[in-house]
Amino acid sequence: MKSNTPKELVVVSGKGGTGKTSITASLASFFPKKVLVDGDVDAADLHLLFNLKNTKTEDYYGGSIAEIIQDKCTQCGICESLCRFDAIIFEENRYVVQEMSCEGCKVCVDHCPEKAFLWKPDLNGIWMESETLHGSLIHARLTPGSENSGKLVTHVKEIGKKRAIEQNTPLVIVDGPPGIGCPAIAALTGASGLLMVTEPTPSGLHDLIRILDLAAHFKLKSCVLLNKADINPKYEALIQAEIKKFDASFIGTLPYSKIFTEAQLKGQSIVEAYPDSKESIYLKEIAKRVTSFLGL
Amino acid sequence: MKIAIASGKGGTGKTTFALALFLANSDRSVFLDCDVEEPNAHLFLKGIEKQKDVVQLLIPKVNADLCNQCGLCVKSCQFNALAMAGKAGVLVFNELCHSCGACTLICPTGAIQDVETPVGEISIYDLKGGAEFLSGRLKVGHSAAPAVIQAVKKHPSTTPYTHHIIDSPPGTSCSFVTSVSGADFVILVTEPTPFGLHDLKLAVEGVENLKLPYAVVVNRVREKDHLIKKYCAEKNIKILLELEEDRRVAEMYSKGGTLLEVLPDLKEKLNLLLSDLEDQVGANP
Ligand code: SF4
Ligand code: SF4
Ligand code: SF4
Ligand code: SF4
Repeated sequence: MKSNTPKELVVVSGKGGTGKTSITASLASFFPKKVLVDGDVDAADLHLLFNLKNTKTEDYYGGSIAEIIQDKCTQCGICESLCRFDAIIFEENRYVVQEMSCEGCKVCVDHCPEKAFLWKPDLNGIWMESETLHGSLIHARLTPGSENSGKLVTHVKEIGKKRAIEQNTPLVIVDGPPGIGCPAIAALTGASGLLMVTEPTPSGLHDLIRILDLAAHFKLKSCVLLNKADINPKYEALIQAEIKKFDASFIGTLPYSKIFTEAQLKGQSIVEAYPDSKESIYLKEIAKRVTSFLGL
Repeated sequence: MKIAIASGKGGTGKTTFALALFLANSDRSVFLDCDVEEPNAHLFLKGIEKQKDVVQLLIPKVNADLCNQCGLCVKSCQFNALAMAGKAGVLVFNELCHSCGACTLICPTGAIQDVETPVGEISIYDLKGGAEFLSGRLKVGHSAAPAVIQAVKKHPSTTPYTHHIIDSPPGTSCSFVTSVSGADFVILVTEPTPFGLHDLKLAVEGVENLKLPYAVVVNRVREKDHLIKKYCAEKNIKILLELEEDRRVAEMYSKGGTLLEVLPDLKEKLNLLLSDLEDQVGANP
């Protein structure tokens, strides 16, 4: 009965710049039927590696923000004292909401004795749907500096899942954001499995441990890919040890390679730009292992 | 003077550059690691941790004995951090809570109490030669990165320093805004790739929305005319520094070394760079 629920693979990295997006795009070509989602909504780069035909663009309102109706305000100051984000200030003899600081919690709106508030939908960005040679891509653009990045991640993931069910495809691949905060948590919530891309550096290892810890916190299963492995070969053992500690699996390595950038400059994935390269051959093998990791 | 180092895209060498800028000027500055989701500076600075403070937020706790399951709190929460779980009563998802206090205020029976909950920590390190640096660290499983960043920036041990070098998180969401807000100058570090350019444009839009002065540093340059140069020329954005692609830098980084160890001549340049910024900021406060 659950057979038509698609699996969701979320590619994360903790640290940025490990090659996550290039690898996501390349792996995508080995799975014939899937929906792609770019969950890195404040630095969405996946679409740069595909030839796109944009089919849909919609505004995204993740929440609302408050505004004071000056005519109704009696300047009692309740809102200022209740707002925990210091978003309400007294300036030029009146109370005003600083939009940049307002988190949209609605406390002021609900507790103003004069009902002197407007509750305005907050435009946080856009989300898009595009057709690529590899199937549908759901992506987004958070307005730089905007709130609600986590909610936008959840939104594109939900659309992705819906499309997968409609198209009867067994897999959704999500390119996740870096870090372990709000957007990362939104990206990995509900995942069938996580693919973590790391690199053999102190930062790579440190950040991998934090994302492994986060995955364990949410009881998600993870596998790890070590990119640029030959930059410092002694890290492979260190990384393997951490993987064991967290009961995750090791899925392979890729060498430090200039073709990541070369392919990017061509606007293609590595596998498309250099199908016969050793990197592409490794990636094909990694895709196979991902298939069995997800139980597809 | 507060200088925030940011980058739309992660992994462009932001921390590497920020550390070099700090080390070249450590006699007059303090380093603040505000990339609290993935703080890395301590891996390279190797200081001695002398103090650790906990960052706490008020997160609600529901007393099931007092709760009549009216559901008002769940409705009032704009962040989906509360859910009614049948007989189990109200569940709080700490990782989604923004600590706004709406639920506590609305509860008619007083069943909700705000409890100080650790969401991160700040470590203060001593470095050889008397310099200091601060590192903020979000607790795994929490999403309150902006609160931890605030706490680092406001920490009392930063007050003696005239220069703050702020290593900001990648991206352009709330954490980035919290980190760069109030800075006198923002340096955006990028690399000459399509991803680097795309994300630089977003970061530029972010700092322009905040009306902060900024300039660009380009890392891993491979050829003289690259796409960042073209973009910056068109937009009239100043490039402060270009660093050439150098496998030695990558290898040094992978061993926990810093840029100045490979490129000692850079020190003087970074010294001048900071003084130039000082003049510039001083000239238009
Ligand atoms: S609570 Fe309402 S009436 Fe009181 S100061 Fe705020 S907006 Fe004005
Ligand atoms: S909605 Fe919340 S954050 Fe915004 S002004 Fe009102 S109380 Fe402050
Ligand atoms: S404090 Fe605010 S965000 Fe947290 S659970 Fe209560 S209403 Fe939701
Ligand atoms: S508002 Fe108070 S009484 Fe009502 S469900 Fe929430 S905790 Fe229980």
